[in-house]
Amino acid sequence: MAKKAIEAVCAWQELEPGILILEPGCAAQFKTGDWRTGKIPVTDYEKCVKCGRCYIFCPDLSYEEREDGTYTWLADYCKGCGICAVECPSGAITMKEE
Amino acid sequence: MATKQSAAEALQDFEKISPKSLPAFEALVHGHRACQGCGEVLAMRQALKAIGEPLIVASATGCMEIITSPYPHTAWAVPWIHVAFENAAAVASGIEAGRKAMLRKGKLDQKEAGTKVVAIAGDGGTADIGIQALSGAMERGHNMVYICLDNEAYMNTGIQRSSSTPFGANTTTSPPGEVSFGQSTEKKDMAAIMAAHGVPYVATASPFYYVDLMNKARKASLVPGPAYLHIYSPCPTGWRSAPDSAVSLSKLAVETKVFPLYEVIDGQYFISRKVKKPKPVEEYLKLQRRFSHLNPAQIAHIQAEVDRKYERLLYLAGEVPEE
Amino acid sequence: MAQRVGLESSLACSEAVRLADADVIAAYPITPQTHIVEHLSELVADGHLDAEFVPVESEHSAMSACIGSAAAGARTFTATSSQGLALMSEVLYIASGMRMPMVMAVANRALSAPISIWNDHSDVMSVRDCGWIQLFCENGQEVMDLTIAAFKITEDPRVMLPVMVNMDGFTLTHVIEPIFIPTPEEVKAYLPPFKPRFRLDPFKPMTFGAVGVPEVYTEHRLQLQDAILASQPVIEEHLAGFAKAFGRTYQPIETHGLDGAETAIVTMGSIGETALTAVEEMQAAGEKVGQIRIRLWRPFPFDRFLEAASKVKTLVIIDRALSFGGAGGPVATELRAILTNKPGAPKTASFIAGLGGRDVTREDFKEMIRSAPEQLASGRSFDFYGAMEG
Repeated sequence: MAKKAIEAVCAWQELEPGILILEPGCAAQFKTGDWRTGKIPVTDYEKCVKCGRCYIFCPDLSYEEREDGTYTWLADYCKGCGICAVECPSGAITMKEE
Repeated sequence: MATKQSAAEALQDFEKISPKSLPAFEALVHGHRACQGCGEVLAMRQALKAIGEPLIVASATGCMEIITSPYPHTAWAVPWIHVAFENAAAVASGIEAGRKAMLRKGKLDQKEAGTKVVAIAGDGGTADIGIQALSGAMERGHNMVYICLDNEAYMNTGIQRSSSTPFGANTTTSPPGEVSFGQSTEKKDMAAIMAAHGVPYVATASPFYYVDLMNKARKASLVPGPAYLHIYSPCPTGWRSAPDSAVSLSKLAVETKVFPLYEVIDGQYFISRKVKKPKPVEEYLKLQRRFSHLNPAQIAHIQAEVDRKYERLLYLAGEVPEE
Repeated sequence: MAQRVGLESSLACSEAVRLADADVIAAYPITPQTHIVEHLSELVADGHLDAEFVPVESEHSAMSACIGSAAAGARTFTATSSQGLALMSEVLYIASGMRMPMVMAVANRALSAPISIWNDHSDVMSVRDCGWIQLFCENGQEVMDLTIAAFKITEDPRVMLPVMVNMDGFTLTHVIEPIFIPTPEEVKAYLPPFKPRFRLDPFKPMTFGAVGVPEVYTEHRLQLQDAILASQPVIEEHLAGFAKAFGRTYQPIETHGLDGAETAIVTMGSIGETALTAVEEMQAAGEKVGQIRIRLWRPFPFDRFLEAASKVKTLVIIDRALSFGGAGGPVATELRAILTNKPGAPKTASFIAGLGGRDVTREDFKEMIRSAPEQLASGRSFDFYGAMEG
């Protein structure tokens, strides 16, 4: 009979003491965008007034500022909550089927 | 004997953050495991952004700790420690004391001076199980910021009531049933308790009003000694509201006077945002199914309490009530 | 050159912390630990010790603040007893699980209920499994010496485990003994400043205390077990280093008069000195009796103990705590487990004595040793000694 595979992150000898995590922000390796099941925010940049609300209201840090002061949406992390679409003062963001 | 600078003195030349000058710093990274539309992680993100580097964070057990540190991942870009549920303030006290001694004894490089020590906990870890450690830390006067992220229940363990759960709210340990209508006590006023401790800087904040929130967080970090921030953190999961509602609820809570925004600086109250044409609480309550079981008499009671507390706040701030 | 003074053992503990140049003391007073923290407060107030004395509002917060301090990289100390130890027990497990270097003096006191301020080992036994290194002192000199050595052990990067230094409340802490006090220079040569391997550093961020998901918890436990076992040779190394620096030798297990003995009494803590006197008197009268004294309780030095135990036919084990409804006293239970299936293992008799401050005299020790054969013949697992029976 085959030996059951152990579901562990790593061998105990490889752990840092006290399971210390040495690499700050390594959660960025985990693409929470995979959680989405519905709509995604789509920005009409013609309407964007560069207020920054999409950026500052995103719980998942899924907007990055661009050179021109507008914001890029990050598909890798967005969970599709829709806060940005609700809060955009110029109606530039709408939730559309992915 | 040198007396410590008052909060007002420390904030004399405070340079305000404006919407066009938002700090770029992020203490957190994406990839954290918060629910879709989580108001608490948003509040935490905004506050820490404003406090800035160098920074050390001590978190209590709770949603924010769980979603940011699932081994082997961490969403923390700053040094962070989690110990237990009820002791964030005590852990932060130890960090502050340790660093103070080390700097004084030349065991730390001077470049580390000025590092902010921030304790973060939810309403459970602040008002209930954590209140002793918080009280002790504030009384001892450690140079630290304490942030309470208030989503009004023990959300991480499955939506059980806390002393910060508002009147009438449906939680798993205050469910409406045949003989009970839900939470029957009023929300504990943590900001008042902190002001009564003589904490030099106490403030309430709400994520929709992010400029106000960020300015308060930064002020808190600049005031010598302890500072306390109580940040309203809507939880769509626990409040049973729409996934896109966290920020709009955080606005409505202020507009209905359910969550007034103010500061207490050296014991003096300052209202941050006078609500000139308050909306009725019902507008706020109807968006959350945790209140859907309430009858008109109960809603009227909530309205009366909201009005009374707001009047009291005006009185404390030396302001005249609106006609 | 060290001076020898008459000093209350509690104060010897505080002086050791001063000599070790601790950075943070976060403690809550509880009888009979109070003299330790009061004297430390005085030392700090008078500028004899440059440290932050944090008068926390409970023992739970004391241990929590100690973790914060240790994580910050500061040399950290606290002290407690009994109810205080019980109150902080949750955090003790966390301190060891997070591999936080720190030293805690425990002025051993009985656990409530009923409330007792007097000495026994029920407090430390209630946290036996917490993953801390645990040492037991017998006299005031050991209090001074083992407290200093504890810092060296805990901060060693090969160890990084918190260390508990146990000293019997009142019966040791409050007695004045002649104690050699090393000079600060001597201690500094033995114990250099703390250089943490990991700390909360804004210029090198790390995450302490992540969620121990099922995919890592078991491996963490293995790592912790490995760490505490691996600390034994390091402990012995630093005790040997202490002997070289200060001329006083401490072993994990001490023995007396085992050659030619048939029976050995086993003790832990300050009753050992009284028991030793009893043993010497019995030896003088021609009885084949010796003594084994346990100084290192965790990690338990199995090898050293077996070496000693193999020399005798009977062990008379004295416990100062009890596991209610279980197999008896924790020390006897532990030693019996170790001896199981070992060829030539001695028989073991067990007595629970000296609870809640009840005195155990030389005559009592002799009585227990002499009544061991009857216990063994009866098949009883253990006996309470010195309780009034109806």
